[in-house]
Amino acid sequence: MSKDIRIKKGLNINLVGAAEQTTSKAPSSNVYALNLGDFHGITPKMLLKQGAEVKAGEPLFYNKNNEDMLFVSPVSGELVEIVRGARRRILTIKILADKEQSYHLAQVADLNAMDGESIRKILLNSGCWPFIKQRPYDIVANPDATPKAIFISAYTTAPLAADADYVLKGKEAELQAAITALGKMTPGAIHVSVGNTSTSPFANINGITIHKVSGPHPAGLVGTQINKIDPVNKGEVVWTVAPQDLVIIGEYLLTGKFNAQRIVALSGSSVKTPKYYTTKIGAEISTFLYASGVNQDKFRLINGDVLTGSKTTPEGHLGFYNNTVTAIPEGDDYEFFGWNKPVFNKISSTRALTFSWMQPKKQYDLDTNTNGEHRAFVVTGRYEEVFPLDIYPLQLLKACMVKDLDEMEQLGMYEVAPEDFALTEFICISKQPHQQIIREGLDLMYQEIG
Amino acid sequence: MGMKDKLHQIKLKYQGKKMAPAFNAIHTFLYTPNETTHSGGHVRAVDDLKRTMNTVILALVPCLLFGIFNAGYQHYSAVNGFPTDFSVLEHFITWDNFWLGAITVLPLVIVSYGVGLAVEFVFAVIKGHEVEEGYLVTGMLVPLIVPIDTPLWMLAVAVIFGVVIGKEVFGGTGMNILNPALTIRAFLFFAYPTWMSGDKVWVHEGVARAGTADAISGETILGYLAQGNTSEFSYSLSDMFFGFIPGSVGETSTFLILLGGLFLIFTKIASWRIMVSAVAGSLAMGLIFNGIVDAGWIPEYSKFYGLMQFDFWKHLIVGGLAFGIVYMATDPVTGSQTNKGKWIYGFLIGFLSVMIRVFNPGYPEGVFLAILLMNVFAPTIDHYVVRGNVKGRMKRMKNATILPKPSDGKAEELKVETV
Repeated sequence: MSKDIRIKKGLNINLVGAAEQTTSKAPSSNVYALNLGDFHGITPKMLLKQGAEVKAGEPLFYNKNNEDMLFVSPVSGELVEIVRGARRRILTIKILADKEQSYHLAQVADLNAMDGESIRKILLNSGCWPFIKQRPYDIVANPDATPKAIFISAYTTAPLAADADYVLKGKEAELQAAITALGKMTPGAIHVSVGNTSTSPFANINGITIHKVSGPHPAGLVGTQINKIDPVNKGEVVWTVAPQDLVIIGEYLLTGKFNAQRIVALSGSSVKTPKYYTTKIGAEISTFLYASGVNQDKFRLINGDVLTGSKTTPEGHLGFYNNTVTAIPEGDDYEFFGWNKPVFNKISSTRALTFSWMQPKKQYDLDTNTNGEHRAFVVTGRYEEVFPLDIYPLQLLKACMVKDLDEMEQLGMYEVAPEDFALTEFICISKQPHQQIIREGLDLMYQEIG
Repeated sequence: MGMKDKLHQIKLKYQGKKMAPAFNAIHTFLYTPNETTHSGGHVRAVDDLKRTMNTVILALVPCLLFGIFNAGYQHYSAVNGFPTDFSVLEHFITWDNFWLGAITVLPLVIVSYGVGLAVEFVFAVIKGHEVEEGYLVTGMLVPLIVPIDTPLWMLAVAVIFGVVIGKEVFGGTGMNILNPALTIRAFLFFAYPTWMSGDKVWVHEGVARAGTADAISGETILGYLAQGNTSEFSYSLSDMFFGFIPGSVGETSTFLILLGGLFLIFTKIASWRIMVSAVAGSLAMGLIFNGIVDAGWIPEYSKFYGLMQFDFWKHLIVGGLAFGIVYMATDPVTGSQTNKGKWIYGFLIGFLSVMIRVFNPGYPEGVFLAILLMNVFAPTIDHYVVRGNVKGRMKRMKNATILPKPSDGKAEELKVETV
């Protein structure tokens, strides 16, 4: 069964520095780190003390709210540091990797014979569970809820992000195992979206509903696809899993080995030779960044894509959910009369002396300058042009800003994640932090309504 | 050290100080700030509020230039008699016209910007926020919608009133309920009615020479019709369309307003939905009035007859209707914010403008009152449009499938595999 989704609203941001489709093995990192900020909605409780030896796939900490939910080490080695912040909150866990990696292997029973409940336990205990995220709230999935459907987007439209088809090549067996397992945990369908001209490995996977998606960004965002296929209502839960995480889940289910290996796209105009690298979750970014070389001293390094990623440094570590690392120039410079000159080298959604509309295919080299200062919301009707969800974006943002829970609920807060507002944030004339507003709104709702 | 570095040093030095917003306003006027993204997306589109406002100002410049020439043209024509063989180059674009226009219109522009921006700066310093760009457009709109001889002190008082009461009390640009430029216009209209309406004010020196031997009458077409006159007036259709008629400084040339409107639609700065539906609304109301006249429901001696029998489509080319539709109704802050709401909002503005125009006994112009009225109703319109979306979601929710908890709520034992 297949249903085509065509998105008309949106905006493709074509940037210079797309990763070339060749993969190199990144030099192994000395220290690997898990950034706990990646796991939204989790209260960590350590299982190991500083100095302990761990194997790859061995639990490091669990979720205080659900003690079955374990978080495991991506590599074997010594737990060298637990970085804590205010009120002793754990920020980062650092592991000094062994030269020879050893794995914590688990016995895995026959997948087909298991029921949903036992799969749930396996995933919780294996450290694979955090790969499953849920909506509402865009947090690590709550194991106590049954999702009405599971959504997987294997179509990339975000600027400079890793191409899903490329990184999944040859992973059919793992994908099939993960899909079979996930399928047992929901009475609904597993919706997989692929590009309409793609050669996705999902084409031959059983147990899924394939949707062919076309259109500009955010057509590839799972939120857009949920809204078009089966939107979330109050009380309902859907799960989302990124396709490259399915591979890790699948490999665990097939072999009992938590293999944190991942193919990462290193892209952006500040990178000399942007391409793909094989590395592991938590690896130090400098290991492969300098292998490709950088063009300038001042660049912004981003864990993820330029629209939704988080700022990091070469000494930073690959995030738990990221398979893209981007480096773009910093734009901390003044521009003389920049606000009224005709502009040819930047992207605009208007035609106010800006000319990106004349060359929609042109690749731009954008920097991190905001191109203006923060203002109150003034211009209306612009967000709607890049926001394909059946939701009023401006009204929802305002409801979040005034913390009106009723209004947020009614306007569709259960359906959105911050990333859905990345494009409205990009074009925002008032330079409002849309994703932050939505994240705070979701956190407030989770806290108040749960 | 270049100017860029010097300004940067000063900025750092006075960061967080009381006068910083005032300095920053000038700094960001000269240079786009060096601000980089720190949350959410790392790249941003090029447009900011300054660019947006600047585009509207660009769209207004032709109206301003035309207004300057027209001020001279109307004055000299009223004094010396209208040229019989009118040619634009010979009678309109002349140095005399420009000079007279410049010395009457530019002071209005200077006072409008000077006083308005001063108020903005004061508020920014008091409240410690940046100077926002809203007044850039308001300041240009104001001199274009007032009679040519408006005393400067009056304009100054009105600008202070408009910016403070129309905008700053609500929290500044983006928060206001009423269009600030129209608030200024409304203040002038209600506070100094003799200066804002009648047949003396529309031509330079009309008021000064009133009652003297060489009095000038500068009646507008609407004023003429409102008197109950139905006979043809001396202005041709092309005069009205291109704007060689008396009226407020910048609103007479429908042609240039049309060009400005098309420019704003092309640049995607102003809402085409509001413009199109406002035109439709005014045509609809005009047709209704024409129909009433054609049906003979209203006698010829009625005081409404003059304006009611005026061809419905001509409403668009006289008075401030076109100017209001293009530059005022499309104000995104005070107008409807939803796309559906914009259709309703625009239509009612057009509809009510023509209605007020016909029925208003004192001053045959309705567009500014209609827009102010609809400014007040815009949130209500949006409310009902958004409720439509909410209703759909609630309906969908009724069929929602809430699934039971898999573990049936039972607590599970902690299972940590020993290593």
